[in-house]
Amino acid sequence: MQPEHQGVAVTVLVSVGRHPLTGRARRADQDARGLELALGLEERLPGSRINLLHAGPRCEESESALRGYLGMGAGTGLEHLTLLEQPEGADAIPALAEHLASATPQLVITGARAERGEGSGLLPYALAEHLGWPLVNGLAAVEKVEHGVATLLQALPRGQRRRLQVRLPAIVSVDGAAPAPRQSAFGPARRAQLEVTPLAAERDHELAEWAMAPARKRPKRLKIIKSASARDRFKAAAAKAEGGSGQVLEGVSSEQGADAILKLLREEGVLPR
Amino acid sequence: MLETLLPILIFAALGVAVVGAWRRVRLWRQGRPSAVPLLKGLAALPRRYLVDLHHVVGRDKVISNTHVATAGGFVAAAVLMILVHGLDLGASEGWGGVLGWLLLAASACMFMGSLFVARRRRHPPARLSKGPWMRLPKSLMAFSLGVFLVTLPTVGILPAGFGSWVLALALAAVVGWGLAEMVVGMTWGGPMKHAFAGALHLAFHRRAERFGEGNRSTGLKALDLENEAASLGVETPADFTWNQLLGFDACVQCGRCEAVCPAFAAGQPLNPKKLIQDMVVGLAGGSDAGYAGSPYPGKPVGEHHGSPHGPIVGRGGKALVDAETLWSCTTCRACVEECPMMIEHVDAIVDMRRFLTLERGETPNKAPEVLDNLIATDNPGGFAPGARMHWAADLNLPLMADLQQVDVLLWLGDGAFDMRNQRTLRALVKVLRAAKVDFAVLGNEERDSGDVARRLGDEATFQSLARRNIATLAKYHFQHILTCDPHSFHVLGNEYGELGGDYRVYHHSTYIAELHDAGRLTFAPWKGGSVTYHDPCYLGRYNGEYEAPRRVLEALGITLNEMQRSGFRSRCCGGGGGAPITDIPGERRIPDMRMNDVKESGAGLVAVGCPQCTAMLEGVVDASAEVRDIAELVADALVAAPSEETAARHRPRAVEVA
Repeated sequence: MQPEHQGVAVTVLVSVGRHPLTGRARRADQDARGLELALGLEERLPGSRINLLHAGPRCEESESALRGYLGMGAGTGLEHLTLLEQPEGADAIPALAEHLASATPQLVITGARAERGEGSGLLPYALAEHLGWPLVNGLAAVEKVEHGVATLLQALPRGQRRRLQVRLPAIVSVDGAAPAPRQSAFGPARRAQLEVTPLAAERDHELAEWAMAPARKRPKRLKIIKSASARDRFKAAAAKAEGGSGQVLEGVSSEQGADAILKLLREEGVLPR
Repeated sequence: MLETLLPILIFAALGVAVVGAWRRVRLWRQGRPSAVPLLKGLAALPRRYLVDLHHVVGRDKVISNTHVATAGGFVAAAVLMILVHGLDLGASEGWGGVLGWLLLAASACMFMGSLFVARRRRHPPARLSKGPWMRLPKSLMAFSLGVFLVTLPTVGILPAGFGSWVLALALAAVVGWGLAEMVVGMTWGGPMKHAFAGALHLAFHRRAERFGEGNRSTGLKALDLENEAASLGVETPADFTWNQLLGFDACVQCGRCEAVCPAFAAGQPLNPKKLIQDMVVGLAGGSDAGYAGSPYPGKPVGEHHGSPHGPIVGRGGKALVDAETLWSCTTCRACVEECPMMIEHVDAIVDMRRFLTLERGETPNKAPEVLDNLIATDNPGGFAPGARMHWAADLNLPLMADLQQVDVLLWLGDGAFDMRNQRTLRALVKVLRAAKVDFAVLGNEERDSGDVARRLGDEATFQSLARRNIATLAKYHFQHILTCDPHSFHVLGNEYGELGGDYRVYHHSTYIAELHDAGRLTFAPWKGGSVTYHDPCYLGRYNGEYEAPRRVLEALGITLNEMQRSGFRSRCCGGGGGAPITDIPGERRIPDMRMNDVKESGAGLVAVGCPQCTAMLEGVVDASAEVRDIAELVADALVAAPSEETAARHRPRAVEVA
């Protein structure tokens, strides 16, 4: 039997990134990895179509950042980006969900979290909830798509991988484990089309109430190795993180689970005792 | 019999040559338009040929004299032959007889030249192409000897009906062979094509400003980014301008470029001569199987093919040239400096790189990361722009933003982020303070000059950086810019002009030399060992500054042990053109070869004047010589100038000698 050579319709959600040092708008690293994953898929599955989708305001800065994604499409079929135009501070989730529900892609790829704005990493989950689609996070590769079922490789901590099968349509999110994005070429980026759809904005009221401050690296608990020999220090540095104090709860009710989490948070001093 | 045969042969050859010329011109005109003054160019041709071209050819006296005898003899003989044998003016009385004798002299001169050509071809050096070029001395002899012999009866040395018709036919055949090679081959593509294409190339050269005593034109030409629909850079041979194509066609395959190319010597897959010949293959269409010179190292001849409107670099497969050939170039300009046909190899390579970077997004290895850094942080290393002045935290450097007006703007370059170059910068600041120079720095307002982005083909990033730098510089008043980085020196001085920034830029070696001449610096005598000097490409070949660094070293009391390859023949350190970033593998490393040159000179210290050269040469393992920047040597030798009162109190003292 001939292997099924039917392409998939992929939509990549792209955001306007922010360079960590200078704060300049750029293609966001994780979203670019998501597009790279999609472009790799297109090479292997002829007939696949990639759509780029962004919801947000249209200005010079965001446009040049979004064109950064289009510049990755040199020599591929990627030529346009759908921009759901919204004012600053509008909630992207309903707009995206509505568009995806009508455009019916088979696979939606997104980065794990945005580089500016809220950056909570909740968008893929909220979208999956809205659309009723399965979600796989931390994707490393899409191995194959056959008969509407995708075989995915999920990245776990410490380089471990887990193979999953998921029925399409589905949402997948990528982080640093996905392949590094290819170079963005200036010419194709400049010539590509932005299809702008103005949208009635739904204000994100919760976001409006928040005070924004630049993120800072969270302090890390120091691991103090009391050992004189270099061999021991090396072993300690290379060893797996100790999971000694961890606890696996199985077959418990949601109240019991919540109690356990609250108890831990109080013990760690995150919540007042 | 000869009297009837010769005019037929001569005019038939001329006719066929005219048809060939028309076809050749059509090939060149496939290229993009390029505005050059045609008549002015043709008028300038004799001077460009006799002065500029022979200045380069004359570096090898034997070949130069050979060429003068052969080419001069040929041109004279050809013109006289048309008059004497073609139009039958030789038989008439008066001037006609003189013409015959002149023709004899011209063909004899050409024959002498052809003997030297033949001697050269007996054991040709590897850089020369073989193939059709090996028959050239025989063809030259056939023409000169044939013309000489058929002219003997004309001047009356031999009786008019001498010999039989067999002899006449044989002579006509020899002359015919000569005409076929020398006249028909000139436009139909034999070795003599170089004369026809070369003459027109000199007349219609894309850089007319490079001709003339002391003139040079080394800045890359800006790419027009205004037209959004246009494809950027050169994808197919027809994307070159027509006079670039004409220039490629002028190549005489002498291989001088190959002999000086650092990438070729390092076994990287680049040979400038083959590259130009591949462009000729591309403009005519076909395969490179007919090429008879050294191949690209590691790439057999005959596997590549192209057409005028086909891609030069294939996507995934083989086309005319492989991408790594283009990325091997260090843009050191040794090939351009050495080329007797004034071909602009570096322009062509950067044109093709522009397409690969701007249209394909296929800049190899670490280059995309460097370009992204330049876009996001204005420096290739991706450092925080606010950290640019950290190296000078203790120096209290005056800022342009505070002073607004100074004599000298010190341009730091991206070496400000590099710990090795910071030592050079500190030394330079010490020298400037010792000479009481009124200077200031831009501080965090400075950005990368755009040199690396431009050489990597990213013209968009270059122009963005350049325009912002020009806008920053326009805010302040200064007499001139001073920098210790020849790359910034070149870009600020030669390439910003096209974008609206005209500055008087000094390299620190020139500036220090002038300070010393003005008596503002006093040096202690040199106590170190033997020293050699490495000419940076972007200071020497790009800007013609060979003297000032040597004058500074002389002022320090140093007698230089010159390397065999120094001055305009200096060998590149391997650090230019983004080559350390694209990092195309070869058999050897270019800086290793250069340090070997240093070792052969016997010097224990190599003076440099470029942060790239410093980094590349210091990266050599087990080097026999120390690498110091000129600024460091000067700073170490500084002594306070003897003011009048201290001079009065000065008395002899004991000096420690051991």
